[in-house]
Amino acid sequence: MSTTMTMAAALNAALRDSLEADEDVLLIGEDIGTLGGVFRITDGLKERFGASRVIDSPLAESGIIGTSVGMAYRGMRPVSEIQFDGFVYPGFDQIVAQVARLHYRTSGTVQMPLTIRIPFGGGIGAVEHHSESPEAYFAHTPGLRVVTVADPQDAYSTMRAAIECDDPVIVLEPKRRYWSKGEVDTSVSAELSSARVLRTGRDATLVAYGPLVVTALEAAVAAEDDGIDLEVIDLRSLSPLDRDTVAASVRRTGRLVVAHEAPGNVSLSSEVITSAVEDCFAHLEAAPERVTGYDIPYPPGALEDHYLPGIDRILDAVDRTLGRRNSREAA
Amino acid sequence: MLTTPSAPDHDLVAGLDKPLHVLREDGTRRPDPILDPLLRDVDLELLRGLYLDMAVVRAIDDEAVALQRQGELGLWPPLRGQEAAQIGLGRSLQETDFLFTSYRENALAWCRGVSPGEMLSVWRGTTLSGWDPFAHHMATPQVIIGAQTHHAVGYAMATQAQGKDDIAVTCFGDGALSQGDTNEAMVFAASFHAPVLFFCQNNHYAISEPVDVQANVPIALRPTGFGIPSLRVDGNDVLAVRAASLLAAQHIRAGKGPMFIEAVTYRLGPHTTSDDPTRYRDEKELERWRRRCPLGRLERHLEQLGASLEELRADAERRSQEATTAMQEAVAALPSPAPETMFDNVLATEHPGLLRQREQFRAFTASLAPEQTEGSAA
Ligand SMILES: Cc1ncc(C[n+]2csc(CCOP(=O)(O)OP(=O)(O)O)c2C)c(N)n1
Ligand SMILES: [Mg+2]
Repeated sequence: MSTTMTMAAALNAALRDSLEADEDVLLIGEDIGTLGGVFRITDGLKERFGASRVIDSPLAESGIIGTSVGMAYRGMRPVSEIQFDGFVYPGFDQIVAQVARLHYRTSGTVQMPLTIRIPFGGGIGAVEHHSESPEAYFAHTPGLRVVTVADPQDAYSTMRAAIECDDPVIVLEPKRRYWSKGEVDTSVSAELSSARVLRTGRDATLVAYGPLVVTALEAAVAAEDDGIDLEVIDLRSLSPLDRDTVAASVRRTGRLVVAHEAPGNVSLSSEVITSAVEDCFAHLEAAPERVTGYDIPYPPGALEDHYLPGIDRILDAVDRTLGRRNSREAA
Repeated sequence: MLTTPSAPDHDLVAGLDKPLHVLREDGTRRPDPILDPLLRDVDLELLRGLYLDMAVVRAIDDEAVALQRQGELGLWPPLRGQEAAQIGLGRSLQETDFLFTSYRENALAWCRGVSPGEMLSVWRGTTLSGWDPFAHHMATPQVIIGAQTHHAVGYAMATQAQGKDDIAVTCFGDGALSQGDTNEAMVFAASFHAPVLFFCQNNHYAISEPVDVQANVPIALRPTGFGIPSLRVDGNDVLAVRAASLLAAQHIRAGKGPMFIEAVTYRLGPHTTSDDPTRYRDEKELERWRRRCPLGRLERHLEQLGASLEELRADAERRSQEATTAMQEAVAALPSPAPETMFDNVLATEHPGLLRQREQFRAFTASLAPEQTEGSAA
């Protein structure tokens, strides 16, 4: 049975059902209890499950993550919320130096089944530190799983899977899509580490994740007008990377475009394109292209539309791979 | 630079039982042995000035909220209720004392002569930093909770090394008390005897979380564990805050090391214009603090001293009008930044990779149909 709901409501339902299903699950973060979170993702959960399972934490991200580590030692499955992407850095040390390594450090004796939820990405006209895309820092760190969600069903199922997973999982939630609606069937489960082909096409493979999945699908529709048939892949898992799904697609289309909001320098597109070159070089008919944030700090809100990859920039890159007329050179 | 800390020459903390205050709720003056020596210069003119400051910043604050509601600003963090804490501090410092604050200290920006356009641009989203920190001896608002406390300590250590007598002041909220940065900053300040004032506005909330989530003892006790003397002061008593700040600044300037002030106050408005405080605090509590309005208290005091309230209010009204009109004009005149400026100032000299992206951006923008390039998204 499926119901229409927003991504925010789907995430709320996933947290509720996880708390219901496993008494070791608990939530911890700033303003998640009484307020229900600044995005209301945890709305009503403190009332339902009590203040010891939905914890309003002191204002300290290192404390939130480090305390979750201690709770995991004692058998709990903490789900922590970082209020905004730009506030994860005070907790960065605990994530990369502790959470990511404990399983390895202890030869597999200690498990760290933490879920770290982070609203990420731009597009909401916010002040500084509220629009960051920090995924590459985490994807670069062995010992972490890093996943993104793109629509309400994916959000529900992926969140449930992340909480059930015995590894630490960072779930990046595209905050500008929180209010997008879709059908959600709570009986559908998701595989954490697989990408999905959202649309098949012949001419080029367009890879996106998180907030840009919707944009990529829109670009594919717009491309039809020019007679271009795009295949769209939602990467979902940023670490580990599902390179097989990408390679299989590129073998069919011969062309690859990767889009994300984060700056391109040493980024997910660096990795996806490298994997395609390694896995299916012979099938590439043109140099892979990427459409990313520029290599600058996230600009002031008034300029974010120029910074964020949109449909036009994506189609411009598609044109380049197809050798068609584009902004960099007239074909 | 490491000096041996000497024991502070008075008790480590004052005002624990009841925050230090010199104005009672009814506006009458009460003696206070700690603060009185700092209040010898107080006359009617000075009191009028403090009142007008508070009245004008309240008007500025209200106007900014209105501008946000009209869609002219993206966000605004109201300071309503905290006027005395900020004006009391702002009017006690030397012009060259350097401020490192969070985002709510717009009354301090007012004291430092920050123009309306400079104050509003960050909240309109046209820039990341509204003013030149060196021109106003004040860093632009810090969003990362607690980060600025370290900066103040470093600035203070450098000032000391240069043999200058200006001090650094860092402002932060009750929530910031929980961050590692804030606590580390106190360690550095204490270890190096840095000429820095930690000024905490305890407005009782960090967004929705009441202060007892951060501290179950008075905040003013926290610094004493680091060996930093502290004063707990009624943050709605502008005279008391001013006196406490003067006292602390004297102590610091005399080379006696850092000090800490907890100004006990209350945020009467929402956390920001995006916040809905009815979800986490009740009307009764709010009403109690509304009655403790810092402006009202000083008004009553001035009245008792024989000042004409009518004249005072008219003066405040006139100055407020001036300030809010200037804000409206400034907002309307704020230029939308040219899109390509986003590539400026990443590094001191632009590297070839970024120059390439700048050129690609230019080419891409030029390739769009003209109607798509007109204007930029505000
Ligand atoms: C490192 C960091 N974590 C979280 C936030 C989100 N946040 C913004 S303001 C705030 C509450 C701050 O409370 P307090 O320090 O008391 O200052 P106040 O807003 O009351 O002036 C929070 C949690 C942030 N800005 N920075
Ligand atoms: Mg506060």
